Amino acid sequence: MIAKLTSSERQNALVLAVIVALAGAAMAILGRSDVLGVHGLIVMIFAGVVIYLIMASFYEPEPTEDREASYYDDPIKAGIVLAMVWAVFGMFMGVWVAAQLAWPDLAFDGAWSSFGRLRPTHTTGVIFGFGGNALIATSFHVVQRTSRARLAGQVSPWFVLLGFNLFCVLAVSGYLLGVTQSKEYAEAEWYADLWLVIVWVTYFILYIATIARRKEPHIYVANWYFMAFILVVAILHIVNNLALPVSWGHAKSYTIWPGVQDAMVQWWYGHNAVAFFLTAGFLGMLYYYLPVRAQRPIFSYRLSILSFWGITFFYMWAGSHHLHYTALPHWVQTLGMTFSVMLLVPSWASAGNALLTLNGAWHRVRDDATLRFMMAAAVFYGLSTFEGSFMAIRPVNALSHYTDWTVGHVHAGALGWVALITFGSLYTLVPVLWKRERMYSAALIEVHFWLAIAGTLIYVFAMWNSGIIQGLMWRTYTEEGALAYSFVDSLVAMYPYYIARAFGGLLFLIGAVVACYNIWMTVRAVPAAAPRATDIPATTVAVPGE
Amino acid sequence: MAEIERDPVTDRETTGHEWNGIKELDTPVPRGVLMFLIVTHIWAIAWWFLVPAWPLGTTYTRGLLGVDQRTTVEAQVAEGQQQRSAWTTKLETEPYDEILADESLMRTVRDTGRQLFGDNCAACHGRDGKGSKNYPDLTDDDWLWGGGPEMIEQTMRVGINTAHPESRIGQMPAFGRDDMLDRDQVRNVAAYVYSLSHSDYSTADNIDRIDAGREVFLTTCAACHGEDGAGNREVGAPNLTDGHWLYGGDLDTIIATVHGGRQGHMPTWEKRLSNADIRTLALYVHDLGTEQP
Repeated sequence: MIAKLTSSERQNALVLAVIVALAGAAMAILGRSDVLGVHGLIVMIFAGVVIYLIMASFYEPEPTEDREASYYDDPIKAGIVLAMVWAVFGMFMGVWVAAQLAWPDLAFDGAWSSFGRLRPTHTTGVIFGFGGNALIATSFHVVQRTSRARLAGQVSPWFVLLGFNLFCVLAVSGYLLGVTQSKEYAEAEWYADLWLVIVWVTYFILYIATIARRKEPHIYVANWYFMAFILVVAILHIVNNLALPVSWGHAKSYTIWPGVQDAMVQWWYGHNAVAFFLTAGFLGMLYYYLPVRAQRPIFSYRLSILSFWGITFFYMWAGSHHLHYTALPHWVQTLGMTFSVMLLVPSWASAGNALLTLNGAWHRVRDDATLRFMMAAAVFYGLSTFEGSFMAIRPVNALSHYTDWTVGHVHAGALGWVALITFGSLYTLVPVLWKRERMYSAALIEVHFWLAIAGTLIYVFAMWNSGIIQGLMWRTYTEEGALAYSFVDSLVAMYPYYIARAFGGLLFLIGAVVACYNIWMTVRAVPAAAPRATDIPATTVAVPGE
Repeated sequence: MAEIERDPVTDRETTGHEWNGIKELDTPVPRGVLMFLIVTHIWAIAWWFLVPAWPLGTTYTRGLLGVDQRTTVEAQVAEGQQQRSAWTTKLETEPYDEILADESLMRTVRDTGRQLFGDNCAACHGRDGKGSKNYPDLTDDDWLWGGGPEMIEQTMRVGINTAHPESRIGQMPAFGRDDMLDRDQVRNVAAYVYSLSHSDYSTADNIDRIDAGREVFLTTCAACHGEDGAGNREVGAPNLTDGHWLYGGDLDTIIATVHGGRQGHMPTWEKRLSNADIRTLALYVHDLGTEQP
């Protein structure tokens, strides 16, 4: 990674790493025995490893070839590896917490291993660790190929990738040590949040600068989605995490948002994290890897426009549907509900656009598990966006809210849509990046596909049953007008479904491990492909044709 | 850069854009999508006219239906209370004897009590009320403070060892730790207490210790537990002769209990449950104890 940098770039990288190490030292000194101090040490160790890597190659000869004549793929490779490591970690944590719900003794009486601390390590691990690294890696790949231009920076892609992973490490280790903002999907504390702002703004600048130097006259749809993802996540992250630390030496902070406004800001963030992190970003993936793999043109450019602007506009309003029947004013709930229903059309337009793109390539869907991953992802995307709009309707929400139905819905999206599109994209991308003829084993992709589908279906059906039973038990009254069931009664009824859910999650985890092995063996054991002459940046700006 | 071409599969033209091999068709937005979009918009706009929807500075559009979630829920709560008042009034006003004799009212107590017990008491006493180690079994005939509905109600209201001014105080002193008894005395009295419920323990090997323990018991323990060890419900002192043990009845646990004392805790429910709920639970718990063999 260092050998391809010029000596001045190596110096810049070193200065950056030293600044981060000094920041870590400041945290360690100010924080002392507080978790902030522990995190200062982690930052110092992280920066120390980076400094070591830079110094180890610092005096190697500078690159001689023209770097602008090739794409910058090294950070993408590292991103894919990190994404798979986080996938296994995050999904293992998921299986563990799922098993704890059925067998609470699996917390082993530890504070760090209690459900409340492990659960955010699962969500952060899979959403940010797995999803985030996959998004950074694929966005770097897609923006270069569709712009026919190399990334606009040499050090900054590494800064974005490693900085983002440092954030994930701080977040996850903080939860285990008992630090949390108690905001779902935004649990990391103020110093980690500040760091992520720096990293994310760098990502934004890098991305837009790369698009600015594109050699194609038009910006491809995938890049619209990646841009929306990067820009909106920055806005969401900053606004939702505005907080005052109790002191510079303490990990604890208090949000600046009071009462129900805090709840509204949190769910404006939370729902748009689903929208722009877990939807827009992954639609960017879908719009590139699906047509490439299917070797088909996108079904409709016009439909792409309609769904892009529909999704970006309507999602912004939908967050309040997480707060139906709460202290939030009724009118805000109405807006959240109605915009959620209107959102269904552009969402389905995206899913439909993807599936109709496969017209003329259905024989490939049948034969090629990689493409089938992406097809199934589009189907689950359509299913879970319908379910989401449905659950946003107040009377439906009265039944579904606070039950496992919500958990099932989220996993239909997270497993069925986000993870399947990611695996399909990675199976397409890995042989290209490492310049291999193909993936190591098509049979293992097939195995992974069926493990993932079976795991998702078992999970989602278990949670639908569990959630609806739960919701009905909570609202059943006796003839005398008293509640018919206690909460514990509903827990007893959940027990078999919790076991089924943990089993479904386990299948999904095994699939991810199979994917790791397949990717590893592809890099190690598959013969190199003949060089692809087309996979290089363009030297001149293309002129719009007739 | 590609020219506009015709896709043989769909017979649509491309837009003429190309990115690294990806092309797009210029297919118009399907009519069904536009219709669906119009339908959802009409529905949303209609809904905005009917219910509270848009902010207007310091107020908001109220909607033609005049509904508001707060008034709706208040009406529902009032309706629910009205429905329940048929039996809650009786429960709150009638003496326990009459309620116990009223079979239909007791059915209601068993129905609603089960849910109340599950949500409030089961965490310690178990869903079936059978308790567990350190938490008393409420289904047997062995009561620390009395098993009549009045007694149970009082225990629920004030709790045991709570901050409530009338709290029941059940303190087993730490005789060993606080140097009221020496090591041998603790062991001897524990042996004596153990022998009360284990007649086979009084063998020739143990008889000296048991006798010595009896001396200690009469001077130190009998004030609360009674000379015969049968306990005293006035002070919540358990019967030591019946083989029912809250903290465990093996010799080691009895030694630990005499050495370190016991101060069990039962919360006060007076401010957390309604009067009707407390009385329902008192009857329900009483009923648990009497109904079962």
